[in-house]
Amino acid sequence: MLHISDLSVSFRTRRGEVEAVRGISFDLAAGETLGIVGESGSGKSVTSYALMRILDAGGRIKAGSAVFDGRDLAQAAERDMQRVRGREISMIFQNPRAALNPIRKVGHQLEDVLRRHGRATRSNARAKAIEALEAVRIRDARARYDAYPFELSGGMCQRVVFAIALACGPRLLIADEPTTGLDITTQKAVMDLVRDLTRDRGMSSILITHDLGLAAQYCDRLAVMKDGQIVETGAASALFADPQHPYTRKLVDATPRPGASLRDLLPAEVRTPLADHEPGTRPLVQVRDLVKIFPSKSGPVHAVKGISFTIREGQSVGLVGESGCGKSTTSSMLVRLLDRTSGDILFDGFDIAGVPADKFVRDARRSQIQMVFQDATDSLNPRHSARQTIADPILRMSDLRGAALTARVEELATLCGLPLPLLDRFPHQLSGGQKARVGIARAIALDPKFLILDEPTAALDVSIQAVVLNLLADLRARLGMTYLFVSHDLNVVRLLCDHVIVMQGGEIVEQGPAAQVMEAPSHPYTQTLLSAAPKPPAARPSLLKSAAE
Amino acid sequence: MAGRARAIGIRLAQTVPVILGVVVISFILTRALPGDPAVYFAGAMADEQSIQQVREALGLDQPLVTQFFLYFADLVRGDLGRSISTGQPVLTDLAMRLPASLELTLSALIVSCAIAIPLGVLAAVRQGSWVDHLCRVLVTAGVSLPTFFTGILLVYVFYYLLGWAPSPLGRLDFIYLEPPRVTGFYLVDSLLARDLETFGATVRQLALPTITLALFTLAPIARMTRAAMLQALSSDYIRTARAAGLSRGKVLFGYGLRNALLPVVTTLGMVFSFVLGANVLVEKVFAWPGIGSYAVEALVASDYAAVQGFVLAMALLFVTLNLIIDLSYALIDPRIGFDTK
Repeated sequence: MLHISDLSVSFRTRRGEVEAVRGISFDLAAGETLGIVGESGSGKSVTSYALMRILDAGGRIKAGSAVFDGRDLAQAAERDMQRVRGREISMIFQNPRAALNPIRKVGHQLEDVLRRHGRATRSNARAKAIEALEAVRIRDARARYDAYPFELSGGMCQRVVFAIALACGPRLLIADEPTTGLDITTQKAVMDLVRDLTRDRGMSSILITHDLGLAAQYCDRLAVMKDGQIVETGAASALFADPQHPYTRKLVDATPRPGASLRDLLPAEVRTPLADHEPGTRPLVQVRDLVKIFPSKSGPVHAVKGISFTIREGQSVGLVGESGCGKSTTSSMLVRLLDRTSGDILFDGFDIAGVPADKFVRDARRSQIQMVFQDATDSLNPRHSARQTIADPILRMSDLRGAALTARVEELATLCGLPLPLLDRFPHQLSGGQKARVGIARAIALDPKFLILDEPTAALDVSIQAVVLNLLADLRARLGMTYLFVSHDLNVVRLLCDHVIVMQGGEIVEQGPAAQVMEAPSHPYTQTLLSAAPKPPAARPSLLKSAAE
Repeated sequence: MAGRARAIGIRLAQTVPVILGVVVISFILTRALPGDPAVYFAGAMADEQSIQQVREALGLDQPLVTQFFLYFADLVRGDLGRSISTGQPVLTDLAMRLPASLELTLSALIVSCAIAIPLGVLAAVRQGSWVDHLCRVLVTAGVSLPTFFTGILLVYVFYYLLGWAPSPLGRLDFIYLEPPRVTGFYLVDSLLARDLETFGATVRQLALPTITLALFTLAPIARMTRAAMLQALSSDYIRTARAAGLSRGKVLFGYGLRNALLPVVTTLGMVFSFVLGANVLVEKVFAWPGIGSYAVEALVASDYAAVQGFVLAMALLFVTLNLIIDLSYALIDPRIGFDTK
């Protein structure tokens, strides 16, 4: 149905022409689901934009053809393309809330599309739009018709985007990272819906994702892209079981999965033995009946409802839950950026919750408790070089100056695997992984005892996530730090943590040793979380063997 | 809807302390200004005794607090006092002159919006094209040329050299009669009187000062439209709309421009307020009997009642303007509820 051959896409930039897609070819049969997998910058999204001919200004199809139903989309006139988009081929996007017009009712956005393609008239548009919302299993569609995107949850917005995409009965759906930014259970619900509806309608689909596990679960066939080229294609299970191309192997290795250890994520040739990790017995952080209530116009919001837990010295505790479960509020209170409503936080036996958050900056324990933030880009000052960023906490909270300071910053950079020449670069000149290293170096600059990691790898590609997770494990071993690892990704938590706390609705529903919680979850919510996580097919035998050794 | 009405009521109630503050501050500021109105109005030949007489006649011999309460009591009754330079009640003066300024300002804003918004949109859509460059040139010229300069230049070219424009003296050429007063806006009044000839004369008279002001206000509006439009067009929802096959017009205007309007409305409010102040120079150049020139003359003469009346009128105008802008915000953007205030 779709036949792409030698497609090349290039972008005009200030530094000349950049080729984003370099001669890719693939076919898609009717009713087939193809996964295009690759890391950021691999050209996977550009490929789909080129198919739809919605490339940004400066981008153009340089060569090749994309024949859809006997028509070459690469050569088609803009007029014809407008009839293809939405009616023959449609798309759903990442970050669904941003993908909808923020100031237009979702029902009207649906009507725009229906009427544009002649599927509805002025008189029956409303009814058809509600029908389309019902088709994507939105409950109470009649009420949702009048909602604005900001009034809907992320998962609901993605359903609306999906409803817009399906409204005119297209034959091909392109899903561009449709679940990025959604919770794991929502991700499963959205992906199941996409699979069911495309299957029911006999549609073909292309799933573009960075998550090899997700792609393997939902696609018949996978194409792995790297630097604008397809390096390998094949059936999902075969690709996992026996990756041919070194890059595919690297990706398969780096995907967190049950049965793999931290070092297994790295390419085989750099796997050094992991230092033994033996948590101590002395409690470092004790949280007792911690409560946080936020005032709001519609009454007080109980974000954290009296939780208690203990983190022992040297332990790595995973705090798991979906958005809105209170895990970020809890970590903000622990790092003393937010005041508690009631309850105690004992650090080394001293109640730090009694010190107001705005006074804590001058507390002696400030340097003991540090944090690595979620977004490596946003949490760095864009006008500070890496050197300044790492030196910042030292300048504020210790007496190290001059040559000693320089030496310390360089020591920290080396510790975090940041090449010294990069120290004088600014954040925009660093890659995602390098920025993550700078953020970690800054957090450990004052030799903290307790480090709170707020989804430090959520924005990173899997291969870089693998490296950063290993770095964190090495640092823990060398510096004897205690971690609180906040994450929504159970597979990642399993790799790094000894103890897991599962939160839901401001309460702890389950906690215990990582292996126990992961293998034999007692609470139904934990079971739901675990079953919602994408399950990559079994890895190749050689990998299991190396794990066994 | 009831919630909205209540929210508007609250917004209006919030303006009361602002107005009270303006009353107090304008009173104190006029008193703090150098210059003694008694000396000024007693004339150059006055001796100590006649100055004292004038002072008592103006009520300026009383303590400041008493003066303030007298002023405030008059204000509550709707009496703004009498201007000592024109001899008229301040209210009458303002009622005569405010429409002149508003007519000029509003027509200038309408002209500049009519040019700046399409220009900004085009410049954003065709980024880097000749429209974009034209936009940049106009914006740079608009901010770098002071109004009194463009005003004089326009008068020189269109009145003196080409003779296309009527003499730049006031709102209407002396051969025409003022239209019967209904709103004070000559354009509206002449139409209401079905007097097209006077309407035409008013338009001709308005043209040059309007263009002068429009050139000045064009720059911020065009710039903001271009920037807001560029941002809106690079958003995810534009990509969604394009991928759904919506027509180019729908994508640009229905999805892009409507989102871009918010910052433009903010800018418009700011421009309106500073243009009312910046009017003074244009009014001077075109001998426009507006509120700006009135205020400057009153200030020079230490004409307390007139200055206070002017400041109060402006404050009321800004409060109304801000209210209108807030309301139009809520109309454009559903995310801005009144309850957030």
